[in-house]
Amino acid sequence: MAQLTYRASVSLAIAQSMRKDQKVFFIGEDVGAAGGVFKATVGLLEEFGKERVMDAPISEQAILGAAMGAAMTGLRPIAEIMFSDFLAVCWDIVANQIAKTRYMSDGQINIPLVIRTANGGGSKFGAQHSQSLENWSMMIPGLKVVAPSCPSDVLGLMDSAVKDPDPVIFYEHKSLYAFKEEIEQTDLSIPIGEANTLHEGKDITIIGLALMAQRAKDAALILKDKHDINAKVIDLRSLVPLDLQTIKKSVIETGHVMTVEENPRLCGWGAEISSLISEHCFKNLKGPVTRVTTPHVPLPSADILEDNTIPSVELIVNEVIKKLKGE
Amino acid sequence: MVDKLNDDIGEEKRLQLWEMMLKLRLVEKKAYDLFLQNLIKGTSHLALGQEAIAGAFGVALKQGDYTFCTYRGHAHTLARGSSIEGVLGELMGRQCGLMKGKGGSMHLTDVDKGVMGSYAIIGAHLTIANGTALASKYNKTNEVSVCFFGDGTTNIGAFHEALNMAKIWNLPIVFVCENNLYMEYTPIHEVTAVEHPAADRAGAYDLDKIIVDGNDADEMLRTAEKAISKAREGKGPSLIEAKTYRHSGHSRADPGKYRPDEEVKDWMENKDPIKNYRAKLLDFNINEKIISEIEEKIKDQVEKATEISMASPIPEIKEIYTDVWANGGSEWHN
Ligand SMILES: Cc1ncc(C[n+]2csc(CCOP(=O)(O)OP(=O)(O)O)c2C)c(N)n1
Ligand SMILES: [Mg+2]
Repeated sequence: MAQLTYRASVSLAIAQSMRKDQKVFFIGEDVGAAGGVFKATVGLLEEFGKERVMDAPISEQAILGAAMGAAMTGLRPIAEIMFSDFLAVCWDIVANQIAKTRYMSDGQINIPLVIRTANGGGSKFGAQHSQSLENWSMMIPGLKVVAPSCPSDVLGLMDSAVKDPDPVIFYEHKSLYAFKEEIEQTDLSIPIGEANTLHEGKDITIIGLALMAQRAKDAALILKDKHDINAKVIDLRSLVPLDLQTIKKSVIETGHVMTVEENPRLCGWGAEISSLISEHCFKNLKGPVTRVTTPHVPLPSADILEDNTIPSVELIVNEVIKKLKGE
Repeated sequence: MVDKLNDDIGEEKRLQLWEMMLKLRLVEKKAYDLFLQNLIKGTSHLALGQEAIAGAFGVALKQGDYTFCTYRGHAHTLARGSSIEGVLGELMGRQCGLMKGKGGSMHLTDVDKGVMGSYAIIGAHLTIANGTALASKYNKTNEVSVCFFGDGTTNIGAFHEALNMAKIWNLPIVFVCENNLYMEYTPIHEVTAVEHPAADRAGAYDLDKIIVDGNDADEMLRTAEKAISKAREGKGPSLIEAKTYRHSGHSRADPGKYRPDEEVKDWMENKDPIKNYRAKLLDFNINEKIISEIEEKIKDQVEKATEISMASPIPEIKEIYTDVWANGGSEWHN
């Protein structure tokens, strides 16, 4: 049994995939000799050499374009976009090219690639290095969207993402890189599209993703200890495909639902979940679906401002109490 | 002046090139007719007048090589050997189309022939073509990737990112800028800092400055063969700027009124690659009967393919929901 950080699980996950399949290679900025700006890819260059671990110029379009072209021939690239915010400069390649080419070609072309990227706030990096952008990719047909909340999920989901015949955007949370977990066996595989229950409960269903899933779990522990509320916490792990069945099953039991999202309010993924729940479980609901999100603002930088913008454990606890006890 | 004694191309290849260019010309003309009959909807961008470029590469490339082209890509697709009914059928939205109507005129794709797609967002495909070239290098196979684009494309960032990456990684790729003097409706010189939009940038990426008369099919073939050999031998990328001119407007809806009449007339009458090539074939003493027989053969092929396309059924509505994912479907939740 070894303790593994989320950060170390990333390089291990990539290494495991590269050991298994010669078709897998890794490309990004500062990922080789430097080991990545978050040190999440340390050791890969040493193990696999320059041909499979490629340091690229600051050319996000060229990086993802090259990954796409290589994937079209059957290779299985893993491409890194250093901060998810930088997806904006290569969004054409993601949204127009990678996502749509299979469909437009009537299935002639497969694009089995993984784009991994550091996502989310908590580091006081300001509004251009802190965004939670899962919903950008979620709304585009043809992209799978994964966001692991712990080291074992990084390992298991990376294995599936690399093997997946479709393009997968793999959002790693910056504030989770230091998160530790005891792991017995590292060669894991977790199907994309299966949610995970982080805390059991029958009073309310709290649905989260990545850092927000972990915060919802921490909130659930407090709710149970101090407020006698048993919350079920569902970590979606992937937005596309979405595990609607697990959500439905829990909502039927609890009748109360809250989504906890790190993104700004408008068109966050919770809005889609809320809509699905009203469509599929309307009669089971005991009240409206509550969405806890960051307010509809760009993320501010100062400690106190950022901390009060992103949903905290305390906020989740308070919102649940307000919802269930009307306090 | 033709130097028959030192003819490096030869009759067989010339006739191949002739047949190829003629096919591209006659299919584009047919596409235009079908528009006028309202049998082709949407937009389309014809490469009439630019046939020598796609044609020369079509002759020079081998099976297994990869090509990437733009929305102006009917000719480039046919040049790799895709069927005429596959192209016309796609334009007409029929089941016999290359993508059964799911892509349309701007996205012709035929992977079996190495046609890795036609791209409608300026610049993107230069970066993607690097990827197939990278794969050939990674797999230690010797295919060459060729990427066609217009003069206007040299002003978007992806062009510059792609050239730099191709050079630093010494990729087996040929970038072909078809300089038809206009980006959509604006003369390219009005919006470009340098005189030769591609060639004058080559030096910035340590590439040779290559400018060729894109309407001279023989010169085009020589230039294509040289760049392809270089890539195949592992000697890295090339950037070719081929000067040419489109005979029709930018797209279906464009009468091209922004171009001076004299200029259009000069290119149509004096610089038409097909008219000039026919004359050149005669200069080389190729029997006119053979030339005409090829013309008749292609005309016949185009007519037959048109009939096949028109008889082909329209797609079934359920096709909307197929092929979003590799499992063939479009479901996004369980
Ligand atoms: C990123 C982007 N910007 C603008 C357009 C609209 N557009 C389509 S074709 C075109 C002109 C391109 O000119 P050029 O590269 O010279 O190619 P040509 O059409 O002459 O073959 C423009 C501006 C586009 N498709 N993509
Ligand atoms: Mg042009």
